[in-house]
Amino acid sequence: MENKDVLIYAEQEGGKVHPICFELLGKGRELAEKTGATVSCALLGSGVSDAAQELVAYGADTVYVFDDDSLAVFDPLAYKLNVARLVGEIAPGLVLFGATFAGKALAPRVATALEAGLTSNCIALELQDDGSLLQIRPAFTGTFLASIKTKSSPIMATVRYRALEAGTRDDSRKGAIIEKDVQTVQTTVKVLGKGAAKKASIAGADVVVCVGRGLKKAEDFALVQELADALGGVVGATRPLVDDGWISKDHQVGFSGTLVKPKLYVGCGVSGSPQHLAGMRDSGTIVAINSDPSVSLFRIADYSVVGDMYEVIPQMLEALKK
Amino acid sequence: MHIIVLVKQVPDIEKVQFLKDKGWVDRASADSEINPFDLNAVEAAQQMKEIPGTTVTAISMGPASAEAVLKEAIARDADRGILLTDERFAGADTLATSCALAAAIRKAGDFDLILCGEKTVDGDTSQVGPSVAERLGIPHLSFVSEISAVAEDKITMVAETASGSVIVESGYPLLITGTKDLNTPRLPTLKDKLRARKAEVEKWSAADLADMADLSKFGHEGSATWVDSISVPPEKKRKGEILKGEDSAGKLVAALDKDGLLKG
Ligand SMILES: Cc1cc2nc3c(=O)[nH]c(=O)nc-3n(C[C@H](O)[C@H](O)[C@H](O)COP(=O)(O)OP(=O)(O)OC[C@H]3O[C@@H](n4cnc5c(N)ncnc54)[C@H](O)[C@@H]3O)c2cc1C
Ligand SMILES: Nc1ncnc2c1ncn2[C@@H]1O[C@H](COP(=O)(O)O)[C@@H](O)[C@H]1O
Repeated sequence: MENKDVLIYAEQEGGKVHPICFELLGKGRELAEKTGATVSCALLGSGVSDAAQELVAYGADTVYVFDDDSLAVFDPLAYKLNVARLVGEIAPGLVLFGATFAGKALAPRVATALEAGLTSNCIALELQDDGSLLQIRPAFTGTFLASIKTKSSPIMATVRYRALEAGTRDDSRKGAIIEKDVQTVQTTVKVLGKGAAKKASIAGADVVVCVGRGLKKAEDFALVQELADALGGVVGATRPLVDDGWISKDHQVGFSGTLVKPKLYVGCGVSGSPQHLAGMRDSGTIVAINSDPSVSLFRIADYSVVGDMYEVIPQMLEALKK
Repeated sequence: MHIIVLVKQVPDIEKVQFLKDKGWVDRASADSEINPFDLNAVEAAQQMKEIPGTTVTAISMGPASAEAVLKEAIARDADRGILLTDERFAGADTLATSCALAAAIRKAGDFDLILCGEKTVDGDTSQVGPSVAERLGIPHLSFVSEISAVAEDKITMVAETASGSVIVESGYPLLITGTKDLNTPRLPTLKDKLRARKAEVEKWSAADLADMADLSKFGHEGSATWVDSISVPPEKKRKGEILKGEDSAGKLVAALDKDGLLKG
């Protein structure tokens, strides 16, 4: 990387900045500290200018704001046009996106428009002594970590939510906020409205009580919910329960569901398949409750309770009342 | 309508052996199969064949053995299977993969809709779909969880967002990547499998795409990223306390309390 400047795509919805941006800014500042480079953000949307100051507080030196009605709904084509143009203009060495639904829809288009490589789902970015950047990502459902390097410029990556430390907020920080002209594009894609809101937000939860096929019937979710409430957390589930229609997909933890990294993960009647572990193995403290002492989840647990979840959970609830 | 589905051959991720000390995947240790996430795209195309005059072309880039996933798509009602197979395609990252696939799509003729899986179980990037759309200069929608209505001039669908979902309508051409929620893929019948076994899969080399793209953008040569090293993730140090017998629940709660993990 010749130019070391960092550009961060500042994802927002309804004017609210996605917390992944604060994590990317934390990383951006850390790299800038070492290289003397600057950190900027691209903020796109309609009526989003207010969010710019928050990005400065979290570490942005410059926020480029693209505020226009035409950007009110997220359309990868229109967003790409403006982000790619900004990259051409300010020529950063590194461009980062969150590995979110929107980030993963947008980043590949921007990268391809610039004929640049893109590394997906990074969990760490390490500056090497020779100035190159190692982009570290899980491979094969987390069995391996692959360190990726890029030969094109800029280096581009999407980064998993909750993999990096967020920067610290400092409202006295000063930064430049620059309004940019917005380019529009003809598209056949029309957003008709919002669908159902997510019932559960397990991605950002501090406590996840996850249940697997140890659950005997859908009604018994009430018991799991009770434990989640007592621990101040949310309910998660393994894929078979989602496939059987016992609980909505928003609750699914794992490779084809949501990746979680709570402070406390409690798995009840969960065996710990590789696809499940891929979505929770980095949790702070892991508790496993299972009647079979040989299951994989016990191997990565801090506390393993060998027993029937239908007995253990009520006893826990009893103990928690005290 | 002409629909294109992109399918990839992947190792059976539930059975494949990992040689942890070498950082290798022993691909010989398990069968290969069609990427499970691509089955939802194939099923969606299959359902669209109910619109009279609809044809489906399945395209894959991979080794000669990947012919099998195109036969699988044909068994699931695809009319045509095209395999891009050539040394020059090997070692491609998503930038180079999308270049070859986009060139093949152009060569395959006019299309209305391109369907992709959400991601592959081996690459796991979700990048190839949007990248192909960019190369073709057409709009796309990622993480479509429901196709509500399909007509010859437009499609209505639901796509996932961070906070929920959006309902979107679009004309063609369009590329979408579908999630697992899109549908439940049906199994092909024995008759369909027999028919597919006899079907001819077209094989295209890099040279066959020379009119459509710059060959230096394919495969290893056209890739902008490479794997510098592979390691086994350091297992986080865990306490590994095993709680058994009468008061294990009580002991657990006490331990969590001590660790400061209980609310309030
Ligand atoms: C491409 C692909 C993607 C996938 N993605 C995901 C994903 O995102 N998330 C996911 O979870 N899975 C995913 N899977 C599925 C995964 O392979 C496993 O099938 C699944 O995780 C198993 O769920 P489970 O632990 O609930 O069930 P099981 O493996 O059946 O385990 C149930 C456990 O409950 C225990 N048990 C039973 N009764 C009791 C009781 N009364 N008290 C205590 N314990 C009890 C049993 O001992 C057992 O260990 C995916 C698979 C594929 C192929
Ligand atoms: N080699 C390939 N051949 C055909 N389609 C592919 C190939 N690689 C990826 N795709 C398509 O792109 C989607 C996303 O793949 P990925 O970017 O690898 O996660 C897959 O679900 C396929 O539909």
